[in-house]
Amino acid sequence: MRVMAQMAMVMNLDKCIGCHTCSVTCKQAWTNRSGTEYVWFNNVETRPGQGYPRTYEDQERWQGGWKLNRRGRLSLKAGGRFRKLATIFSNPKLPSIHDYYEPWTYDYATLTDAPAQEHTPVARPKSLLTGGDTKITWSSNWDDDLGGSKASFENDPVLAKVSTEVKRSFEDTFMFYLPRICEHCLNPSCAASCPSGAIYKRSEDGIVLVDQDRCRGWRMCVSGCPYKKIYFNHRTGKAEKCTFCFPRIEVGLPTVCSETCVGRLRYLGLILYDADRVLDAASTPDDQDLYRAQREILLDPNDPEVVAAAERDGVPHDWVMAAQRSPIHALIQTYEVALPLHPEYRTMPMVWYIPPLSPVVDAIGETGEDPEDQRNLFAAIDALRIPVEYLAGLFTAGDTAVVDSVLQRLAAMRSYMRDLNLGREPDPGIPARVGMSEEEMYDMYRLLALAKYDERYVIPAAHAEQAHSLEALGTECPVGSGPFGEGSGSPVPIAVENFTMLRNRQTADTVAAPDDKATRVNLLNWDGRGIPTGLFPPRQEVTETEEVGEAGTPDTSDDGATGPGGTGGLTGGADYR
Amino acid sequence: MNTFLWVIVPYLCLATFVVGHYWRYRYDKFGWTTRSSQLYENRLLRLGSPLFHFGMLGVVAGHFVGLLVPESWTNGAGLSNHAYHWGALVGGLAAAAATLAGLVILIYRRRTVGPVFSATTKMDKLMYVFLAGVILLGIWNTVSGASFLFGGHEYDYRQGVSIWFRQFWSFHPDPALMGAAPLSFQLHAFVASLLFALWPFTRLVHVFSAPVGYLTRPYIVYRSRDTQLGNRRPGRGWEPLG
Ligand code: SF4
Ligand code: SF4
Repeated sequence: MRVMAQMAMVMNLDKCIGCHTCSVTCKQAWTNRSGTEYVWFNNVETRPGQGYPRTYEDQERWQGGWKLNRRGRLSLKAGGRFRKLATIFSNPKLPSIHDYYEPWTYDYATLTDAPAQEHTPVARPKSLLTGGDTKITWSSNWDDDLGGSKASFENDPVLAKVSTEVKRSFEDTFMFYLPRICEHCLNPSCAASCPSGAIYKRSEDGIVLVDQDRCRGWRMCVSGCPYKKIYFNHRTGKAEKCTFCFPRIEVGLPTVCSETCVGRLRYLGLILYDADRVLDAASTPDDQDLYRAQREILLDPNDPEVVAAAERDGVPHDWVMAAQRSPIHALIQTYEVALPLHPEYRTMPMVWYIPPLSPVVDAIGETGEDPEDQRNLFAAIDALRIPVEYLAGLFTAGDTAVVDSVLQRLAAMRSYMRDLNLGREPDPGIPARVGMSEEEMYDMYRLLALAKYDERYVIPAAHAEQAHSLEALGTECPVGSGPFGEGSGSPVPIAVENFTMLRNRQTADTVAAPDDKATRVNLLNWDGRGIPTGLFPPRQEVTETEEVGEAGTPDTSDDGATGPGGTGGLTGGADYR
Repeated sequence: MNTFLWVIVPYLCLATFVVGHYWRYRYDKFGWTTRSSQLYENRLLRLGSPLFHFGMLGVVAGHFVGLLVPESWTNGAGLSNHAYHWGALVGGLAAAAATLAGLVILIYRRRTVGPVFSATTKMDKLMYVFLAGVILLGIWNTVSGASFLFGGHEYDYRQGVSIWFRQFWSFHPDPALMGAAPLSFQLHAFVASLLFALWPFTRLVHVFSAPVGYLTRPYIVYRSRDTQLGNRRPGRGWEPLG
């Protein structure tokens, strides 16, 4: 047994309202640069739908991830090392920009520059690739809310696999949102596909990163990742991917997408796993056993043997304690309601999902029956094969039994808690029916419905004695032209904000702290109370000095709501929780 | 003049090549990339790029044999001069054809595909001129080598250029050997020297990151966070987690 720690995420899909706040804040923080216009480290897909890039789940076409070869050994689906090198001059499976979309902007200047004319001038769309006029035909969320309707619906690779009966009718249609980030897999096929060895998994927290100085732009990772979560920066010629906001995680802050999630549906925490058994688990012969196999390599952080082994293998004690409190461990292993996305890709993904019960609830609601009655719910889960099969196609390689049992637990929780909330006598038969005790059921409810900030995000800070400069490494790229084209020259440090840096900057005597600082104020950090220095121009006599402490004061009063300073990476993350 | 062209210039270019790479690697690891444009356009690239690159590999192999292997060795191995030239001609023409076809496709693509063209830097354009120049001159030399088939008297580069080239590496070049070579060979060598001087400052550096290590390394790379000091101290044991 070799214990390793992994920072993981669980998303509760029932709560996602598809608002794309996570995508937008992530973009603002990380990919708001030229060359990464089409790059969405976090994207939210309407399902059923084609996904982003279009039909990325069709691995017969894209050949991402791993497969078992004829001898039952795990091998890259797109071919092994020799194959990779032989096709290095032209990657046969690389999605083109048109499978994403051609980034564009508008020619806004004409709105103000145009000479007097009869018609109102319009801002034409301009391609960001050629600079010329362009016609917008697709974008990252073109089929949002089934906006693309049948055309995009029919191209859903997951839908193509479930029984034909599903495709038959549009009356029983259902819809939910699937927010996706990089899975930070235990067995990442992106790293395995990289000829330069630039993609690595951090041994401390399992975050998968691209070393920008070692990446040589071979593009094999883009095709190797079955989730298509590696993007090619077309200006710098290097691969980039979701960083799990590692500079934030290292200081104990949640990722930007989690922090800003409107539904508060994301959970972050540690998982301990047995690194020696990863390969075996990923080589499980039957696709449908992969979910179980992956759960089996996760270790119980409360087991004294595991704790001892973890200390032996260099997992710090406070990390083990954090793993014990981890909501991820609870949702995956204790309550068994979280499922991995496409375990059949065999990369052992570490962003898991609680499947949505809402398609079932909605269907009952439409019939006029009571959608919270456990009998109705259970019967409906049995009867509504369409959503269940579809969810199974996403989360269990088609094993509907697992999805059934998760949905039943969620349904049971719903009915059980309704009795409690209405002040009725709770029915202990309901939890028993799904194999849970009343206490467990209530705890699960607490975690899913009420959990506060520090329960949803249990992130032990990195250890500085083993840590490195938080700013210098990673996947941020400079923008602008060096002598050898876009982005050459020495890399610019990651422009990430955390409270330590913010505080340092606020107290530093450098260019970052200009002389007239006292007359400036960052309104985004102002929580509405008091008068920060610099909000008003200096006035004689009046002592504003007492208010100095208010500027960017930690917003501690709140139970985890995203307060005025709470957009983290965007505004400086003065939220000190 | 001979000394300037065939001793001073080549050594200057070599020095630029070596020092330039060292400097570029130190200064600009981040810019060290193939700068692929496959994302923009794939249909032409799929044809042109392998043609060009595999052709180039053949060309490099051919130069290796032609320049570094002395005539006495091939003779010693029982290969007649005539057979050698046949081999060189056939192999050379095949590689040249692939390279040229690839080059034409790639240049056409670069010029006509909008996004690719606008992603082309000035350095790229300069590099293309030199690269295409060297390749065309080289092809001319190969083709003119075919004149021996028609009984023509052909310049045997293995008696001239090759010897100079080997002397070059042992730092005793005899410029007269190059001075006696036909103009097309002289031009080829001269433009090539300049291309090598340009090399470290162009995207050609990607040649030196040919990922052969991939064949032997484990699939998944684990790396620890760097050991530089972080900007925070670890919390004391009694402080709350998270
Ligand atoms: S999901 Fe992330 S870690 Fe997994 S293969 Fe793709 S890029 Fe790599
Ligand atoms: S911010 Fe939260 S609720 Fe909104 S789309 Fe993202 S995951 Fe869904």
